[in-house]
Amino acid sequence: MSLRTPMGRVLGSGPARGGAVHHWWVQRLTSIALVPLTIWLLLALLSLPLADHAAVTHWIAGDWNALWLTLTILVMAWHSSLGVQVVIEDYVHGAALKTASLLLSQFAHWLTAAAAVYAVLHIAFRGV
Amino acid sequence: MPARPLSPHLSIYRFAYTMALSIAHRITGVALAAGLLVLAAWLLSAAAGAQSYAATVAVLSGWCFKVLLVGWLLAFLYHFANGIRHLFWDAGIGLEKAQARRSAAVVVVAVALVLAVCLYVLFGASGGAV
Repeated sequence: MSLRTPMGRVLGSGPARGGAVHHWWVQRLTSIALVPLTIWLLLALLSLPLADHAAVTHWIAGDWNALWLTLTILVMAWHSSLGVQVVIEDYVHGAALKTASLLLSQFAHWLTAAAAVYAVLHIAFRGV
Repeated sequence: MPARPLSPHLSIYRFAYTMALSIAHRITGVALAAGLLVLAAWLLSAAAGAQSYAATVAVLSGWCFKVLLVGWLLAFLYHFANGIRHLFWDAGIGLEKAQARRSAAVVVVAVALVLAVCLYVLFGASGGAV
């Protein structure tokens, strides 16, 4: 016999476990931000002579490019981690494997983003 | 199977091509997550100096990676176009079945056109950028 009401026992035990609205909102926020950011990145990549190290690093370190590139990397990683999270929640079954996959995905996303931002800042401020 | 009522799933519904676009959005999204690793590796090798950058470019311009990079380009263009379709839905626009079928066609045609232009810039025009 429990003092908790049936409603109290089930609240928060659904797949979202709270935070679903925030997740939904940030997924949209980042996708809207990525519209101009990824167009900018794609046009830059298409117009750069990608095999030319000097030209590529000059562009990365160029006026504003390091700033926009940093922002693009962070927003892409955030959007991607939210998206992969949903895919894992939907297709990976079993609490232990699901939790382990979610942890691995989050760690990998932020390690990748940190490494990419570190590289951009290194090129911008310390040169190569 | 749990002994509780379940909502109807894929095996119940008649196939509609909008379903293929829906799952393609997830598949391309996961592929682009993997693409982030390549972007980070590319930037790190550029930061590490001309020699390591040349080695990375040599790997990335091999035919195997070239196919992958075109795949990532296709994945990006699709995820971008279909993502905008999703944003319209989030605003409550275009949710009728006929509208969703039309916007699906718009996405496929737009992706094909932009992909063709990108491939021309990369491989066609005067030797190409890569």
